[in-house]
Amino acid sequence: MSLGRILALLSRHMYLYKRSFARLLEIFYWPFLDLVVWGFITIYLEKVGMSLHGAVSFFLGALILWDVLFRAQQGIAVSFLEEMWARNLMNLFASPLTVGEYLVATMTMSVLKVIAVGGLMMLFAWVFYSYDILQMGFSLLPFVLNLVISGWIIGVLTTSIIMRFGQQAEVLAWGMVFLFQPISCVFYPIEVLPPMLQSIAWMVPPAHIFEGMRAVLTTGDLPVMHLLWATGLNFGFLVIIVAWFYHTFNICKDRGMLVRVGE
Amino acid sequence: MPASGSKAFPVVEVRNLTKRFQGFTAVDNISFDIKKGEILGLLGPNGAGKTTTIHMLLGLITPTVGSIHMFGLDLATHRETILQQVNFSSTYISMPFSLTVEENLKVIARLYELKHIQQRIDDIVKKLEMEDIRHRLTRKLSSGQMSRLTLAKAIMTEPKVLFLDEPTASLDPDIVNKIKSFLKEYQRSEGLSILYTSHNMREMEEMSDRIIFLQRGKIVAEGTAPEIIQRYGQRDLEEVFLKLAREQNGP
Repeated sequence: MSLGRILALLSRHMYLYKRSFARLLEIFYWPFLDLVVWGFITIYLEKVGMSLHGAVSFFLGALILWDVLFRAQQGIAVSFLEEMWARNLMNLFASPLTVGEYLVATMTMSVLKVIAVGGLMMLFAWVFYSYDILQMGFSLLPFVLNLVISGWIIGVLTTSIIMRFGQQAEVLAWGMVFLFQPISCVFYPIEVLPPMLQSIAWMVPPAHIFEGMRAVLTTGDLPVMHLLWATGLNFGFLVIIVAWFYHTFNICKDRGMLVRVGE
Repeated sequence: MPASGSKAFPVVEVRNLTKRFQGFTAVDNISFDIKKGEILGLLGPNGAGKTTTIHMLLGLITPTVGSIHMFGLDLATHRETILQQVNFSSTYISMPFSLTVEENLKVIARLYELKHIQQRIDDIVKKLEMEDIRHRLTRKLSSGQMSRLTLAKAIMTEPKVLFLDEPTASLDPDIVNKIKSFLKEYQRSEGLSILYTSHNMREMEEMSDRIIFLQRGKIVAEGTAPEIIQRYGQRDLEEVFLKLAREQNGP
Protein backbone atom coordinates (compact mmCIF):
# COMPACT_ATOMS: atom_id res chain seq x y z
CA MET A 1 0.00 0.00 0.00
CA SER A 2 1.61 3.25 -1.12
CA LEU A 3 0.68 6.50 0.62
CA GLY A 4 2.16 8.44 -2.31
CA ARG A 5 -0.24 6.89 -4.82
CA ILE A 6 -3.20 7.43 -2.49
CA LEU A 7 -2.24 11.11 -2.14
CA ALA A 8 -1.83 11.30 -5.93
CA LEU A 9 -5.43 10.25 -6.44
CA LEU A 10 -6.62 12.66 -3.74
CA SER A 11 -4.73 15.53 -5.37
CA ARG A 12 -6.49 14.71 -8.66
CA HIS A 13 -9.88 15.27 -6.95
CA MET A 14 -8.68 18.36 -5.10
CA TYR A 15 -7.66 19.97 -8.40
CA LEU A 16 -11.11 19.13 -9.73
CA TYR A 17 -13.03 20.63 -6.80
CA LYS A 18 -10.79 23.68 -6.71
CA ARG A 19 -12.28 25.08 -9.89
CA SER A 20 -15.59 23.29 -10.36
CA PHE A 21 -18.50 25.47 -9.28
CA ALA A 22 -20.98 22.63 -9.95
CA ARG A 23 -19.13 20.31 -7.59
CA LEU A 24 -18.83 22.93 -4.88
CA LEU A 25 -22.54 23.57 -5.26
CA GLU A 26 -23.17 19.89 -4.64
CA ILE A 27 -21.35 20.21 -1.31
CA PHE A 28 -22.97 23.44 -0.12
CA TYR A 29 -26.23 24.08 -1.96
CA TRP A 30 -28.27 20.90 -1.37
CA PRO A 31 -27.32 20.42 2.29
CA PHE A 32 -28.20 24.06 2.93
CA LEU A 33 -31.63 23.71 1.27
CA ASP A 34 -32.32 20.46 3.12
CA LEU A 35 -31.56 22.16 6.38
CA VAL A 36 -33.72 25.19 5.65
CA VAL A 37 -36.76 23.07 4.69
CA TRP A 38 -36.46 20.65 7.61
CA GLY A 39 -35.76 23.51 9.98
CA PHE A 40 -39.04 25.20 9.05
CA ILE A 41 -40.91 21.89 9.31
CA THR A 42 -39.67 21.39 12.88
CA ILE A 43 -40.55 24.98 13.80
CA TYR A 44 -44.04 24.41 12.40
CA LEU A 45 -44.44 21.16 14.32
CA GLU A 46 -43.47 22.87 17.54
CA LYS A 47 -45.83 25.81 16.85
CA VAL A 48 -48.88 23.62 16.22
CA GLY A 49 -48.13 22.09 19.59
CA MET A 50 -47.37 18.57 18.51
CA SER A 51 -46.31 16.72 21.59
CA LEU A 52 -42.95 15.73 20.16
CA HIS A 53 -40.35 16.49 22.75
CA GLY A 54 -37.25 18.06 21.19
CA ALA A 55 -38.53 18.03 17.61
CA VAL A 56 -35.64 20.23 16.49
CA SER A 57 -33.09 17.84 17.92
CA PHE A 58 -34.79 14.83 16.39
CA PHE A 59 -35.21 16.18 12.90
CA LEU A 60 -32.19 18.42 12.47
CA GLY A 61 -29.91 15.94 14.21
CA ALA A 62 -31.25 13.15 12.02
CA LEU A 63 -30.89 15.27 8.91
CA ILE A 64 -27.25 16.14 9.63
CA LEU A 65 -26.44 12.50 10.35
CA TRP A 66 -28.30 11.34 7.23
CA ASP A 67 -26.16 13.70 5.21
CA VAL A 68 -23.05 12.16 6.76
CA LEU A 69 -24.17 8.80 5.38
CA PHE A 70 -25.20 10.27 2.02
CA ARG A 71 -21.94 12.21 1.49
CA ALA A 72 -19.77 9.29 2.63
CA GLN A 73 -21.48 7.13 -0.01
CA GLN A 74 -21.21 9.82 -2.67
CA GLY A 75 -17.54 10.43 -1.91
CA ILE A 76 -16.87 6.93 -3.22
CA ALA A 77 -19.45 6.53 -5.98
CA VAL A 78 -19.07 10.01 -7.50
CA SER A 79 -15.26 9.75 -7.39
CA PHE A 80 -15.57 6.66 -9.58
CA LEU A 81 -17.98 8.47 -11.91
CA GLU A 82 -15.48 11.32 -12.25
CA GLU A 83 -12.89 8.83 -13.52
CA MET A 84 -15.45 7.22 -15.80
CA TRP A 85 -16.60 10.54 -17.29
CA ALA A 86 -12.98 11.63 -17.82
CA ARG A 87 -12.14 8.20 -19.32
CA ASN A 88 -9.28 8.11 -16.86
CA LEU A 89 -9.66 4.56 -15.54
CA MET A 90 -7.14 3.25 -18.06
CA ASN A 91 -4.53 5.78 -16.95
CA LEU A 92 -5.10 4.80 -13.33
CA PHE A 93 -5.18 1.04 -13.61
CA ALA A 94 -2.35 0.83 -16.15
CA SER A 95 -0.22 2.57 -13.52
CA PRO A 96 1.16 0.83 -10.40
CA LEU A 97 -1.97 1.94 -8.48
CA THR A 98 -3.61 -1.06 -6.79
CA VAL A 99 -7.31 -1.65 -6.24
CA GLY A 100 -6.75 -1.38 -2.48
CA GLU A 101 -5.05 2.02 -2.86
CA TYR A 102 -7.87 3.17 -5.10
CA LEU A 103 -10.45 2.20 -2.48
CA VAL A 104 -8.52 3.84 0.36
CA ALA A 105 -8.20 7.05 -1.69
CA THR A 106 -11.94 7.19 -2.41
CA MET A 107 -12.75 6.41 1.23
CA THR A 108 -10.49 9.27 2.29
CA MET A 109 -12.24 11.46 -0.26
CA SER A 110 -15.56 10.56 1.30
CA VAL A 111 -14.28 11.51 4.77
CA LEU A 112 -13.17 14.90 3.43
CA LYS A 113 -16.63 15.42 1.91
CA VAL A 114 -18.30 14.45 5.19
CA ILE A 115 -16.12 16.93 7.11
CA ALA A 116 -16.96 19.73 4.64
CA VAL A 117 -20.70 19.06 4.43
CA GLY A 118 -21.16 18.04 8.08
CA GLY A 119 -19.24 21.07 9.33
CA LEU A 120 -21.27 23.39 7.16
CA MET A 121 -24.60 21.88 8.20
CA MET A 122 -23.69 22.10 11.87
CA LEU A 123 -22.84 25.76 11.34
CA PHE A 124 -26.09 26.49 9.48
CA ALA A 125 -28.17 24.66 12.11
CA TRP A 126 -26.49 26.63 14.87
CA VAL A 127 -26.82 30.02 13.14
CA PHE A 128 -30.40 29.67 11.84
CA TYR A 129 -32.07 27.40 14.41
CA SER A 130 -29.79 27.69 17.47
CA TYR A 131 -29.35 23.94 17.25
CA ASP A 132 -26.03 22.53 18.38
CA ILE A 133 -25.61 18.87 17.48
CA LEU A 134 -22.42 18.78 19.54
CA GLN A 135 -24.62 18.91 22.65
CA MET A 136 -24.83 15.16 22.17
CA GLY A 137 -21.20 15.16 23.32
CA PHE A 138 -18.77 12.33 22.75
CA SER A 139 -21.63 9.87 22.25
CA LEU A 140 -21.97 11.35 18.79
CA LEU A 141 -18.49 10.39 17.60
CA PRO A 142 -18.82 6.58 17.44
CA PHE A 143 -22.17 6.93 15.68
CA VAL A 144 -20.74 9.34 13.10
CA LEU A 145 -17.80 6.99 12.46
CA ASN A 146 -20.22 4.12 11.97
CA LEU A 147 -22.31 6.18 9.57
CA VAL A 148 -19.21 6.96 7.52
CA ILE A 149 -18.44 3.23 7.29
CA SER A 150 -22.05 2.52 6.29
CA GLY A 151 -21.65 5.18 3.58
CA TRP A 152 -18.47 3.43 2.36
CA ILE A 153 -20.32 0.11 2.16
CA ILE A 154 -23.15 1.56 0.07
CA GLY A 155 -20.62 3.56 -2.00
CA VAL A 156 -18.46 0.54 -2.82
CA LEU A 157 -21.58 -1.50 -3.65
CA THR A 158 -22.79 1.28 -5.97
CA THR A 159 -19.36 1.57 -7.62
CA SER A 160 -19.23 -2.19 -8.25
CA ILE A 161 -22.60 -2.05 -10.01
CA ILE A 162 -21.60 1.00 -12.11
CA MET A 163 -18.30 -0.65 -13.05
CA ARG A 164 -20.16 -3.81 -14.09
CA PHE A 165 -23.06 -2.17 -15.95
CA GLY A 166 -21.52 1.13 -17.08
CA GLN A 167 -23.24 4.44 -17.73
CA GLN A 168 -26.76 3.02 -17.57
CA ALA A 169 -26.21 2.42 -13.85
CA GLU A 170 -24.66 5.79 -12.98
CA VAL A 171 -27.92 7.16 -11.57
CA LEU A 172 -27.34 4.75 -8.65
CA ALA A 173 -24.57 7.07 -7.42
CA TRP A 174 -27.37 9.38 -6.23
CA GLY A 175 -30.23 6.92 -5.85
CA MET A 176 -28.82 3.81 -4.18
CA VAL A 177 -28.56 5.29 -0.69
CA PHE A 178 -32.27 6.21 -0.71
CA LEU A 179 -33.10 2.52 -1.08
CA PHE A 180 -31.76 2.16 2.46
CA GLN A 181 -33.48 5.26 3.87
CA PRO A 182 -36.88 3.71 4.78
CA ILE A 183 -35.27 0.86 6.72
CA SER A 184 -32.59 3.10 8.25
CA CYS A 185 -35.38 4.79 10.25
CA VAL A 186 -33.73 8.19 9.98
CA PHE A 187 -36.70 10.33 11.01
CA TYR A 188 -38.89 7.84 12.90
CA PRO A 189 -38.40 5.05 15.43
CA ILE A 190 -38.02 1.51 14.19
CA GLU A 191 -41.28 0.35 15.79
CA VAL A 192 -43.15 2.42 13.18
CA LEU A 193 -42.19 -0.18 10.57
CA PRO A 194 -44.27 -3.30 9.91
CA PRO A 195 -42.83 -6.34 11.76
CA MET A 196 -41.25 -7.86 8.66
CA LEU A 197 -39.45 -4.63 7.78
CA GLN A 198 -38.36 -4.27 11.40
CA SER A 199 -36.54 -7.60 11.13
CA ILE A 200 -34.76 -6.36 8.01
CA ALA A 201 -34.02 -2.96 9.56
CA TRP A 202 -32.23 -4.58 12.53
CA MET A 203 -29.78 -6.08 10.01
CA VAL A 204 -28.95 -2.61 8.64
CA PRO A 205 -26.26 -0.70 10.57
CA PRO A 206 -27.77 2.81 10.05
CA ALA A 207 -31.02 1.69 11.78
CA HIS A 208 -29.01 0.99 14.94
CA ILE A 209 -27.19 4.29 14.56
CA PHE A 210 -30.34 6.40 14.25
CA GLU A 211 -32.05 4.48 17.05
CA GLY A 212 -28.94 5.10 19.12
CA MET A 213 -28.97 8.79 18.29
CA ARG A 214 -32.55 9.09 19.46
CA ALA A 215 -31.67 7.24 22.67
CA VAL A 216 -28.82 9.68 23.33
CA LEU A 217 -31.19 12.62 22.80
CA THR A 218 -33.91 11.27 25.09
CA THR A 219 -31.86 9.64 27.87
CA GLY A 220 -28.45 11.23 27.45
CA ASP A 221 -26.82 7.79 27.83
CA LEU A 222 -24.73 5.99 25.23
CA PRO A 223 -26.74 2.98 23.98
CA VAL A 224 -23.93 0.44 23.97
CA MET A 225 -25.93 -2.40 22.40
CA HIS A 226 -26.93 -0.31 19.39
CA LEU A 227 -23.34 0.80 19.01
CA LEU A 228 -22.01 -2.76 19.17
CA TRP A 229 -24.58 -4.00 16.66
CA ALA A 230 -23.84 -1.14 14.27
CA THR A 231 -20.07 -1.69 14.53
CA GLY A 232 -20.31 -5.46 14.15
CA LEU A 233 -22.65 -5.29 11.16
CA ASN A 234 -20.57 -2.56 9.54
CA PHE A 235 -17.38 -4.56 9.94
CA GLY A 236 -18.99 -7.70 8.44
CA PHE A 237 -20.60 -5.87 5.52
CA LEU A 238 -17.41 -3.89 4.80
CA VAL A 239 -15.35 -7.09 4.48
CA ILE A 240 -17.99 -8.67 2.23
CA ILE A 241 -18.42 -5.60 0.02
CA VAL A 242 -14.67 -5.02 -0.46
CA ALA A 243 -14.28 -8.68 -1.44
CA TRP A 244 -17.23 -8.21 -3.83
CA PHE A 245 -15.53 -5.13 -5.35
CA TYR A 246 -12.30 -7.10 -6.00
CA HIS A 247 -14.37 -9.89 -7.54
CA THR A 248 -16.26 -7.45 -9.80
CA PHE A 249 -13.01 -5.72 -10.77
CA ASN A 250 -11.53 -9.06 -11.82
CA ILE A 251 -14.66 -9.96 -13.79
CA CYS A 252 -14.43 -6.58 -15.58
CA LYS A 253 -10.76 -7.21 -16.40
CA ASP A 254 -11.57 -10.69 -17.64
CA ARG A 255 -14.40 -9.50 -19.89
CA GLY A 256 -12.49 -6.45 -21.12
CA MET A 257 -15.02 -4.12 -19.53
CA LEU A 258 -12.55 -2.03 -17.55
CA VAL A 259 -11.24 -0.41 -20.72
CA ARG A 260 -14.75 0.24 -21.98
CA VAL A 261 -16.39 1.66 -18.82
CA GLY A 262 -17.95 4.98 -19.74
CA GLU A 263 -18.14 4.35 -23.47
CA MET B 1 20.96 0.63 -35.77
CA PRO B 2 17.99 -1.70 -35.39
CA ALA B 3 18.11 -3.87 -32.32
CA SER B 4 16.58 -6.88 -34.07
CA GLY B 5 19.91 -8.27 -35.12
CA SER B 6 21.60 -7.65 -31.81
CA LYS B 7 21.84 -10.09 -28.96
CA ALA B 8 19.99 -7.75 -26.63
CA PHE B 9 17.92 -9.67 -24.07
CA PRO B 10 14.14 -9.50 -24.29
CA VAL B 11 12.47 -7.11 -21.86
CA VAL B 12 9.01 -8.33 -22.90
CA GLU B 13 8.28 -12.02 -23.40
CA VAL B 14 4.81 -13.02 -24.52
CA ARG B 15 4.00 -16.71 -24.76
CA ASN B 16 0.88 -18.37 -26.18
CA LEU B 17 -1.23 -15.35 -25.37
CA THR B 18 -4.92 -15.90 -26.05
CA LYS B 19 -7.99 -13.85 -25.25
CA ARG B 20 -11.50 -15.13 -25.80
CA PHE B 21 -14.61 -13.05 -25.21
CA GLN B 22 -17.77 -15.15 -25.05
CA GLY B 23 -17.16 -17.27 -28.12
CA PHE B 24 -15.03 -14.72 -29.98
CA THR B 25 -11.25 -15.10 -30.04
CA ALA B 26 -9.68 -11.62 -30.14
CA VAL B 27 -6.08 -12.81 -29.68
CA ASP B 28 -5.17 -16.34 -30.67
CA ASN B 29 -2.08 -18.02 -29.26
CA ILE B 30 0.52 -15.36 -30.07
CA SER B 31 4.11 -15.36 -28.86
CA PHE B 32 6.73 -12.68 -29.33
CA ASP B 33 9.58 -10.86 -27.61
CA ILE B 34 10.57 -7.22 -27.51
CA LYS B 35 14.28 -6.72 -27.02
CA LYS B 36 15.93 -3.93 -25.09
CA GLY B 37 16.06 -0.82 -27.23
CA GLU B 38 13.88 -2.31 -29.97
CA ILE B 39 10.82 -0.81 -31.64
CA LEU B 40 8.40 -3.57 -32.50
CA GLY B 41 5.60 -2.64 -34.86
CA LEU B 42 2.25 -4.34 -34.37
CA LEU B 43 0.36 -4.22 -37.61
CA GLY B 44 -3.05 -5.44 -38.65
CA PRO B 45 -6.49 -4.39 -39.82
CA ASN B 46 -9.20 -3.19 -37.43
CA GLY B 47 -10.24 -6.00 -35.13
CA ALA B 48 -7.00 -7.93 -35.60
CA GLY B 49 -6.31 -7.89 -31.85
CA LYS B 50 -3.64 -5.15 -31.57
CA THR B 51 -5.34 -3.06 -28.90
CA THR B 52 -6.49 -6.11 -26.93
CA THR B 53 -2.86 -7.30 -26.91
CA ILE B 54 -1.68 -3.93 -25.57
CA HIS B 55 -4.43 -3.93 -22.93
CA MET B 56 -3.28 -7.38 -21.78
CA LEU B 57 0.33 -6.15 -21.65
CA LEU B 58 -0.85 -3.28 -19.42
CA GLY B 59 -2.76 -5.62 -17.11
CA LEU B 60 -6.10 -4.05 -18.03
CA ILE B 61 -7.46 -7.26 -19.56
CA THR B 62 -6.77 -10.71 -18.12
CA PRO B 63 -5.53 -13.22 -20.71
CA THR B 64 -7.58 -16.38 -21.15
CA VAL B 65 -4.40 -18.41 -21.73
CA GLY B 66 -0.70 -17.61 -21.90
CA SER B 67 1.88 -15.62 -20.02
CA ILE B 68 3.41 -12.14 -20.11
CA HIS B 69 6.83 -11.56 -18.60
CA MET B 70 8.59 -8.20 -18.45
CA PHE B 71 12.10 -7.70 -17.10
CA GLY B 72 12.01 -11.41 -16.26
CA LEU B 73 8.96 -10.99 -14.00
CA ASP B 74 5.48 -12.43 -14.47
CA LEU B 75 2.89 -9.66 -14.95
CA ALA B 76 0.27 -11.76 -13.20
CA THR B 77 2.25 -11.78 -9.95
CA HIS B 78 4.49 -8.67 -10.18
CA ARG B 79 2.06 -6.12 -11.56
CA GLU B 80 3.18 -3.12 -9.49
CA THR B 81 6.92 -3.61 -10.06
CA ILE B 82 6.40 -4.05 -13.80
CA LEU B 83 3.95 -1.19 -14.33
CA GLN B 84 6.30 1.18 -12.49
CA GLN B 85 8.63 0.74 -15.49
CA VAL B 86 6.02 0.71 -18.23
CA ASN B 87 3.77 3.36 -19.73
CA PHE B 88 1.49 3.85 -22.70
CA SER B 89 0.05 6.48 -24.95
CA SER B 90 -2.75 6.45 -27.46
CA THR B 91 -4.65 8.95 -29.52
CA TYR B 92 -7.82 7.38 -28.18
CA ILE B 93 -7.22 7.87 -24.48
CA SER B 94 -8.13 10.94 -22.54
CA MET B 95 -7.04 12.65 -19.36
CA PRO B 96 -9.18 14.48 -16.77
CA PHE B 97 -10.42 17.47 -18.75
CA SER B 98 -11.10 19.75 -15.77
CA LEU B 99 -7.43 19.74 -14.83
CA THR B 100 -4.74 21.80 -16.51
CA VAL B 101 -1.96 20.12 -18.47
CA GLU B 102 0.47 20.70 -15.60
CA GLU B 103 -1.96 19.40 -12.96
CA ASN B 104 -2.52 16.23 -14.95
CA LEU B 105 1.23 15.70 -15.25
CA LYS B 106 1.65 16.27 -11.51
CA VAL B 107 -0.99 13.65 -10.68
CA ILE B 108 0.69 11.12 -12.99
CA ALA B 109 4.11 11.93 -11.52
CA ARG B 110 2.73 11.29 -8.02
CA LEU B 111 1.04 8.05 -9.14
CA TYR B 112 4.43 6.78 -10.31
CA GLU B 113 6.06 8.26 -7.17
CA LEU B 114 8.63 10.21 -9.17
CA LYS B 115 11.24 12.39 -7.50
CA HIS B 116 11.88 16.02 -8.48
CA ILE B 117 8.43 16.30 -10.01
CA GLN B 118 8.60 19.97 -10.97
CA GLN B 119 11.94 19.49 -12.71
CA ARG B 120 10.60 16.54 -14.68
CA ILE B 121 7.52 18.45 -15.74
CA ASP B 122 9.62 21.42 -16.81
CA ASP B 123 11.84 19.09 -18.86
CA ILE B 124 9.06 17.20 -20.61
CA VAL B 125 7.06 20.35 -21.31
CA LYS B 126 10.14 21.83 -22.95
CA LYS B 127 11.00 18.69 -24.91
CA LEU B 128 7.51 18.38 -26.36
CA GLU B 129 7.12 22.13 -26.91
CA MET B 130 4.18 22.44 -24.54
CA GLU B 131 5.18 25.63 -22.71
CA ASP B 132 2.28 27.60 -24.15
CA ILE B 133 -0.33 25.06 -23.02
CA ARG B 134 0.99 23.93 -19.65
CA HIS B 135 -1.56 26.02 -17.73
CA ARG B 136 -4.40 25.39 -20.17
CA LEU B 137 -7.38 23.23 -19.17
CA THR B 138 -7.18 19.81 -20.81
CA ARG B 139 -10.69 20.19 -22.24
CA LYS B 140 -9.43 23.13 -24.29
CA LEU B 141 -6.64 21.21 -26.01
CA SER B 142 -6.73 20.37 -29.71
CA SER B 143 -6.31 16.70 -30.69
CA GLY B 144 -2.64 17.32 -31.50
CA GLN B 145 -2.03 18.95 -28.13
CA MET B 146 -3.89 16.11 -26.41
CA SER B 147 -1.65 13.59 -28.14
CA ARG B 148 1.39 15.47 -26.92
CA LEU B 149 -0.02 15.47 -23.39
CA THR B 150 -0.62 11.70 -23.36
CA LEU B 151 2.86 11.20 -24.79
CA ALA B 152 4.28 13.56 -22.16
CA LYS B 153 2.61 11.64 -19.34
CA ALA B 154 4.07 8.41 -20.72
CA ILE B 155 7.61 9.69 -21.31
CA MET B 156 7.80 11.69 -18.07
CA THR B 157 7.79 8.51 -15.99
CA GLU B 158 10.96 7.37 -17.79
CA PRO B 159 9.59 3.94 -18.70
CA LYS B 160 11.78 1.12 -19.93
CA VAL B 161 8.93 -0.17 -22.08
CA LEU B 162 6.44 2.03 -23.90
CA PHE B 163 3.24 0.92 -25.62
CA LEU B 164 2.04 3.31 -28.29
CA ASP B 165 -1.37 2.58 -29.74
CA GLU B 166 -1.75 4.65 -32.91
CA PRO B 167 -0.08 7.66 -31.29
CA THR B 168 -0.23 9.72 -34.48
CA ALA B 169 -3.72 8.85 -35.76
CA SER B 170 -5.75 11.86 -36.97
CA LEU B 171 -2.91 14.30 -36.41
CA ASP B 172 -1.59 16.75 -38.98
CA PRO B 173 1.68 15.83 -40.75
CA ASP B 174 3.72 18.48 -38.96
CA ILE B 175 2.81 17.15 -35.51
CA VAL B 176 3.24 13.54 -36.68
CA ASN B 177 6.72 14.42 -37.88
CA LYS B 178 7.63 16.08 -34.59
CA ILE B 179 6.29 13.20 -32.51
CA LYS B 180 8.11 10.59 -34.61
CA SER B 181 11.39 12.51 -34.45
CA PHE B 182 11.05 12.93 -30.71
CA LEU B 183 10.27 9.25 -30.18
CA LYS B 184 13.15 8.06 -32.34
CA GLU B 185 15.61 10.34 -30.59
CA TYR B 186 14.31 9.48 -27.15
CA GLN B 187 14.33 5.75 -27.90
CA ARG B 188 17.97 5.92 -29.09
CA SER B 189 19.19 7.99 -26.15
CA GLU B 190 17.35 6.06 -23.42
CA GLY B 191 17.46 2.53 -24.86
CA LEU B 192 13.69 2.39 -24.60
CA SER B 193 11.76 -0.61 -25.92
CA ILE B 194 8.59 0.31 -27.79
CA LEU B 195 5.57 -1.59 -29.05
CA TYR B 196 4.06 0.55 -31.76
CA THR B 197 0.76 0.23 -33.61
CA SER B 198 -0.26 2.37 -36.55
CA HIS B 199 -2.33 2.20 -39.69
CA ASN B 200 0.21 4.34 -41.48
CA MET B 201 2.45 1.86 -43.32
CA ARG B 202 5.15 4.36 -44.22
CA GLU B 203 5.36 5.39 -40.57
CA MET B 204 5.54 1.74 -39.57
CA GLU B 205 8.44 1.06 -41.94
CA GLU B 206 10.20 4.17 -40.76
CA MET B 207 9.75 3.58 -37.03
CA SER B 208 9.94 -0.18 -36.52
CA ASP B 209 13.01 -2.39 -36.21
CA ARG B 210 10.78 -5.41 -36.61
CA ILE B 211 7.12 -5.94 -37.46
CA ILE B 212 4.51 -8.44 -36.40
CA PHE B 213 1.43 -8.70 -38.59
CA LEU B 214 -1.73 -9.75 -36.80
CA GLN B 215 -4.76 -11.12 -38.59
CA ARG B 216 -7.86 -12.36 -36.78
CA GLY B 217 -5.83 -12.45 -33.59
CA LYS B 218 -3.03 -14.59 -35.04
CA ILE B 219 0.50 -13.69 -36.06
CA VAL B 220 0.65 -14.24 -39.83
CA ALA B 221 3.96 -12.54 -40.57
CA GLU B 222 6.99 -11.50 -38.56
CA GLY B 223 10.29 -9.90 -39.47
CA THR B 224 11.83 -6.64 -40.61
CA ALA B 225 9.80 -4.56 -43.09
CA PRO B 226 12.04 -5.56 -46.08
CA GLU B 227 11.81 -9.25 -45.09
CA ILE B 228 8.00 -9.14 -44.96
CA ILE B 229 7.74 -7.19 -48.22
CA GLN B 230 10.01 -9.71 -49.95
CA ARG B 231 8.19 -12.71 -48.48
CA TYR B 232 4.86 -11.55 -49.88
CA GLY B 233 6.33 -10.39 -53.19
CA GLN B 234 4.93 -6.86 -52.86
CA ARG B 235 6.44 -3.45 -53.49
CA ASP B 236 5.93 -2.00 -50.03
CA LEU B 237 4.35 -2.64 -46.64
CA GLU B 238 1.11 -1.01 -47.68
CA GLU B 239 0.62 -3.58 -50.44
CA VAL B 240 1.36 -6.38 -47.98
CA PHE B 241 -1.18 -4.88 -45.60
CA LEU B 242 -3.83 -4.68 -48.32
CA LYS B 243 -3.16 -8.23 -49.47
CA LEU B 244 -3.41 -9.67 -45.95
CA ALA B 245 -6.35 -7.50 -44.92
CA ARG B 246 -8.31 -8.53 -48.03
CA GLU B 247 -7.55 -12.16 -47.29
CA GLN B 248 -9.06 -11.59 -43.85
CA ASN B 249 -12.13 -9.74 -45.12
CA GLY B 250 -12.68 -11.94 -48.17
CA PRO B 251 -12.94 -10.80 -51.81
